[in-house]
Amino acid sequence: MTLTSAESGLTQRLRELQPLPRLLHPGAWWVWALCLAYSAMRTSDLVLLLTIAAVAGVVVSQRRGRAPWANAYGLLLKLGLVTVAVTVLLQLLIGVRVPGHTLFTLPSVDLPHWLQGLSLGGPITGEAVLNSFAAGLRLAVLIACFGAANALAHPARLVRILPAALYEVGVAIVVAMTFVPQLAESVVRVRAAQRLRGRPITGLRGLRGIAVPVLEEALERAISLAASMDSRGYGRRAGRSAVSRRVTNTLLLAGLGCAVVGTYQVIGGTDTRTLGVVLLVAGTLLALATGFLAGSRTGRTRYRPDRWGLPEWLVVACGAAVAATYTFGLHGAPPGGLPWAWPALDTLPFMLTLVGALPAAIAPPVPAAR
Amino acid sequence: MIDFDHVTVTYTDALAPVLSDVTAHVPEGELCLVVGGTGSGKSTLLGTVNGLVPHFTGGRLGGRVTVAGRDTRDHPPRELADVVGVVGQNPTAGFVTDTVEDELAYTMESLGLAPDVMRRRVEDTLDLLGLADLRDRSLSTLSGGEAQRVAIGSVLTAHPKVLVLDEPTSALDPAAAEDVLAAIQRLVHDLGLTVLMAEHRLERVIQYADSVLWVPGGGAPVELDSPAAIMARSPIAPPVVQLGRAAGWDPLPLTVRDARRAARGLAGTLPPAPPAAPSTAGDDLAAIASAVVVRYGSVVALRGVDVLLRAGEVVALMGRNGAGKSSLLRVLTGLTRPTSGSVSLGGADPRTLKGRELITHVGLVPQQPGDLLYCETVADECAAADRDAAAVEGTAAALLARIAGDVDLSLHPRDVSEGQRLALALAVVLTAAPPVLLLDEPTRGLDYPAKARLVHVLRGLAAGGTAILLATHDVELAAEVSDRTIVLADGEVVADGQSREVVTHSPVFAPQVAKILQPLPYLTVADVLAVLP
Repeated sequence: MTLTSAESGLTQRLRELQPLPRLLHPGAWWVWALCLAYSAMRTSDLVLLLTIAAVAGVVVSQRRGRAPWANAYGLLLKLGLVTVAVTVLLQLLIGVRVPGHTLFTLPSVDLPHWLQGLSLGGPITGEAVLNSFAAGLRLAVLIACFGAANALAHPARLVRILPAALYEVGVAIVVAMTFVPQLAESVVRVRAAQRLRGRPITGLRGLRGIAVPVLEEALERAISLAASMDSRGYGRRAGRSAVSRRVTNTLLLAGLGCAVVGTYQVIGGTDTRTLGVVLLVAGTLLALATGFLAGSRTGRTRYRPDRWGLPEWLVVACGAAVAATYTFGLHGAPPGGLPWAWPALDTLPFMLTLVGALPAAIAPPVPAAR
Repeated sequence: MIDFDHVTVTYTDALAPVLSDVTAHVPEGELCLVVGGTGSGKSTLLGTVNGLVPHFTGGRLGGRVTVAGRDTRDHPPRELADVVGVVGQNPTAGFVTDTVEDELAYTMESLGLAPDVMRRRVEDTLDLLGLADLRDRSLSTLSGGEAQRVAIGSVLTAHPKVLVLDEPTSALDPAAAEDVLAAIQRLVHDLGLTVLMAEHRLERVIQYADSVLWVPGGGAPVELDSPAAIMARSPIAPPVVQLGRAAGWDPLPLTVRDARRAARGLAGTLPPAPPAAPSTAGDDLAAIASAVVVRYGSVVALRGVDVLLRAGEVVALMGRNGAGKSSLLRVLTGLTRPTSGSVSLGGADPRTLKGRELITHVGLVPQQPGDLLYCETVADECAAADRDAAAVEGTAAALLARIAGDVDLSLHPRDVSEGQRLALALAVVLTAAPPVLLLDEPTRGLDYPAKARLVHVLRGLAAGGTAILLATHDVELAAEVSDRTIVLADGEVVADGQSREVVTHSPVFAPQVAKILQPLPYLTVADVLAVLP
């Protein structure tokens, strides 16, 4: 057996192992991205932050769809870089003075005593630059993770998996998402038309000439959308009484609210973390239970619901592994801020972060364009 | 299938009913065309079929409408979603989701159909309407014809017995309109669907109709009869019917093919060409665009286009959607800076003109005339136009009266009829007396009388020395009004010459009369009438 045939046999085997091309459940991508974002929030180690961004980038490059919004990662990465620049610049100009190795000194202005702690100009230390850079980078990576989630699964697909009890909310979100670009388009059109009327298109007078036709058109559009939804069976067989609907909606929102507050406290990482975990778990359970109970009685069905199979579990597990790494203290960020030194590679968290890139291979490939 | 039983509709605050005492029965499996002027109550009549009138619009419904045995008084629109599919005038405004496949499934989801049934029906519908290649597309990227077919598909998946269509082809170019009509035709033939369709452009649809519901408006009784019977006496008729009436053909032909057979005798008696109409074109160049290139990123909208407009000349600009018509209009008005090439309006570059200077050089009536309007009443709008153009007070109002006759000046510009709104936009633009007038698709939603009035106004302006460029899909309008026709394709000028020569032999741009009398260069019924004894 020659080497090449052995090689092709191996690739053949690998191809058989790979799942059939399909779109991964959007929930799995968003959980995975949230795990990465959470990890980024928990560290200020520059190498690890960059690794997280790279991990997200690798997965996006391998598994993003073909829709226009699949460029979200690149766009938001650029926005992240701007964030870094702004953060560092602000720190240099008006930041808190950090003692340490002075790089250079800017002309300074004495601020009144009630602005104690802040400074305008003065000596700029390496520590100050490095730490503000880390803070900016953390934000940038967070934004990039959000971009990755958008590129891998558009929020509109996320709306589709909302529990049936939240169906109305989902419809409202989708309508709003299509409404904004339409509004922008009609602003452009009306601006052109007003210019051709010889009217100003800036200032207060211009605003009126543009706002009135745009808003009138938006209203007309809303009315025809409502008519279309009504004639296509929206709100039909609502079976449940108004009271029971209101009760389930309230319970559902309460559950989701608890989950959000819980998440916030867990991430905040203060002494209320236990309470946070309890709130998160209880809220999620409440929302799931209400959603399931109410959903079984709406009389609506779902066309081609997203499946949740083994690849989804694996993708979520990869994300969770990274998040766990940063939860249990392996994040290598010194409490007093970064020292003025070349960043060292923290091997274990680095390797564990790389686990987050596995979905680039284990998630099913995106179906080819038809 | 659809029963109107003494139906009377009165909107809230209206003095007179929109429809009064309509009684008609549309049998199963028929394609019934609803014909009537603007504001005659056609849309209201369509709305009563699935209960949008009065459940959604308000107003009072007298009598009874029954669809497939269900009374619309007891069934709101959502409870009729499984028997009546409705597609409104602007299909994109009715889209609820964001991709083609989801949109097709939406109605079925509301009806609570089983997932495997939904899957099967979506696949069937994709094939039936030729949408299979579009299934993953975002709805915002569809062309007009595609959007219209998706909208029809999205109500069809519920397997309704009745399909209600309000002007399905009025915004489409001739080729896209053919696609949509072919799809509707297939539904009637293969599925036995009952279709109730309103359309102004009778020349496109009359040959498909099994019956015509004639809505005269103004309280006159509604009639349901065979297309030939209604066309024999209706004041609204396509050119083929007008020609048939003028020539006294019996039976009255409704299709170009029938008319051609009937015209064999007539063609022999006609002189080889109609008498040339006196041209109003002068020698002065009103607008010059030379070697204009416009590109948006990697898309080239215009590739080196040369266009001359002479004073007093009416030029039709034709071509399919996306051929570059709108880009050319934008370049001529200075809204878009050409990538290369130059534009001159009587010596001035439109990019350098601002405010009052611009509107005295060029006027554009956009595709949606409402974009120009922003005041609360027609009277305010006219006054604002006078101020903008520094014209004598009352100029705009006088122009409006000349173009549209009597218009209630206290109405909101959105509440006047489609034709009156166009007239108002035209009056606003003409207040500044621009030597170059551009119109983008002016005949959307106009009935034949309103179109005839527009033709009259444009000819009058041309006689006064205005250069007019008219971007349009309406071949009949172009034939009636234009001296010269420019055809754009893929950003290039593929034809530029006398309308008579350019359109006579084109299968797409030839008006009905030209198709009937081929190869004689007659374009309009008026051409023929002028030489008939």
